[in-house]
This record gives sequence, C-alpha cells and structure tokens, in this order.
Amino acid sequence: MSTSVDYIEMKIPAEPEYVGIVRLTLSGVASRMGYTYDDIEDLKIAVSEACTNAVQHAYNDENKGEVSVRFGVFEDRLEVIVADQGDSFDFDQKQQDLGPYTPSHTVDQLSEGGLGLYLMETLMDEVKVQSNSGVTVAMTKYLNGERVDHGTTIKNYETN
Amino acid sequence: MNLTVDMKENLSDIQINIAGEIDVYSAPAVREKLMPLANEGKDMRICLKDVNYMDSTGLGVFVGVFKTVSKEGGSLKLENLSDRLVRLFEITGLKDIIDISAKSEGGVQ
Repeated sequence: MSTSVDYIEMKIPAEPEYVGIVRLTLSGVASRMGYTYDDIEDLKIAVSEACTNAVQHAYNDENKGEVSVRFGVFEDRLEVIVADQGDSFDFDQKQQDLGPYTPSHTVDQLSEGGLGLYLMETLMDEVKVQSNSGVTVAMTKYLNGERVDHGTTIKNYETN
Repeated sequence: MNLTVDMKENLSDIQINIAGEIDVYSAPAVREKLMPLANEGKDMRICLKDVNYMDSTGLGVFVGVFKTVSKEGGSLKLENLSDRLVRLFEITGLKDIIDISAKSEGGVQ
C-alpha cells in the first residue's frame, strides 16, 4: 500500500569520527530513493548538523553516550530522526540566535557557531526539535521529482 | 574520510590547498593549520577545489580565520568553490562578508 514505510536504524558512539558514517548511510538511502544530487547533498548537511550538535553538546568527557539515527523511507519523502540522551538545550533561545550573517555584522560580531539549526531549517522541508532529557530532531525532505499520478495509475490497473 | 591541508609560501601570499571533507571530525585539524597563519596576519589564498563536503563546522573555521587575519592586517581569499560550496556561503550570508570566488570553468559532475 502507499502508506508503507521502511525503517533503517543505526546507533553511533557520540564522537566526531562517526558522523561521516551516518552521512555515508544517508547517501545510500537517499540515492536509492531517487533524490537528485543536490537534494542528497542538502540532506547530508542537514543530518550532519543534527549529529554534530548531539556529539558536541549532548555529552561531556566523562559521560560518553550514543546517538540514534532512524531513517524513515516513505514513498514520497525521507524522514530522519536524530536523538541523543544528553543534556537538552533551550531551543527558543537557540532559535533566536540562529540565522544567516548579514553585511551589517561587524567582523567582531561574526559568530563561529550557531549555524547548524539554521541550515537544517533551510535545507529540509520540515524540522521538529523536541528537548526533554535529551534532544530529538526530526526532519523531513520530500521527493520533488515524484510523479503525482503514479498512485492513480496503479489503482486503475488493480480495478481492471 | 581523509583530509589534507597543503601550504606553499609565495613572495606575496600563502597558497593553501584543502582536500577532502570538512566536518565536525576534521574541522579542528583545519583550524589548527590555518590559525597560526591568521595570527601572523598573512595574505591567505585557500583553494577549495577538492573539498567535496563541508557544513557549518567548516564555515565556523573560516569565520574564525577571517576574524583573526583581518584583525592582524592580513587577508583571506577562498578560491575555486564548487556550486555546492557557493550555495552554502550564499544561504548563510557569508558570501557578502568573506571574499570567495567560484571555479572559473564549468564542467563538474
């Protein structure tokens, strides 16, 4: 049925060297689904940003945790959930801090971080962040090249 | 997932070539290589032709280098950016702040 969904799950140690592994897996899943080169590159950045946040902020030196990643493969979209069990952060505050640079920024005002959330929101169609004991980021990107009449065609075959 | 940073000192500036992926894992190494040059106020030209992946961690490094090198009287120029990298600098607004130039010829996959 058109509502079917496949899940691919992975768990990585919350360490920088494993973020690239998530990217490789994502790349495989997304290209199998038929995303364009540009969409795959956008997905890679957005998902890496979520993993980077988890790796950098969720755990301290004594408390090394894991980051869970789940790819939900739908017919018309890919949903990626990145979750950690570390310290949560104030999302409202973060959202106020995020945003692109503008030429009115002086050189001293340029922040060296904080672009991650902005990039996720810009590069994905939907982003939801839930912050309780840890942070969970759920993001969705639709398959743009999807043929709208595809389902109808199959249905016609079935009824004939 | 290899990353290399090569440097060549010319009479007037320093030419740096970065190749590979710049992410949360490799960004600290890039920063470590570039910061000393920024602190000396060098004129830095960085070729990004062979950078096939970069995210906000890489942008953060270049913002930091740009801030330092500007303060020390040097300059930063990023060259041979792919369309993907140009886009990243565009959507973050950094294109209007840091001197970047795209590749001169087209013809990429």
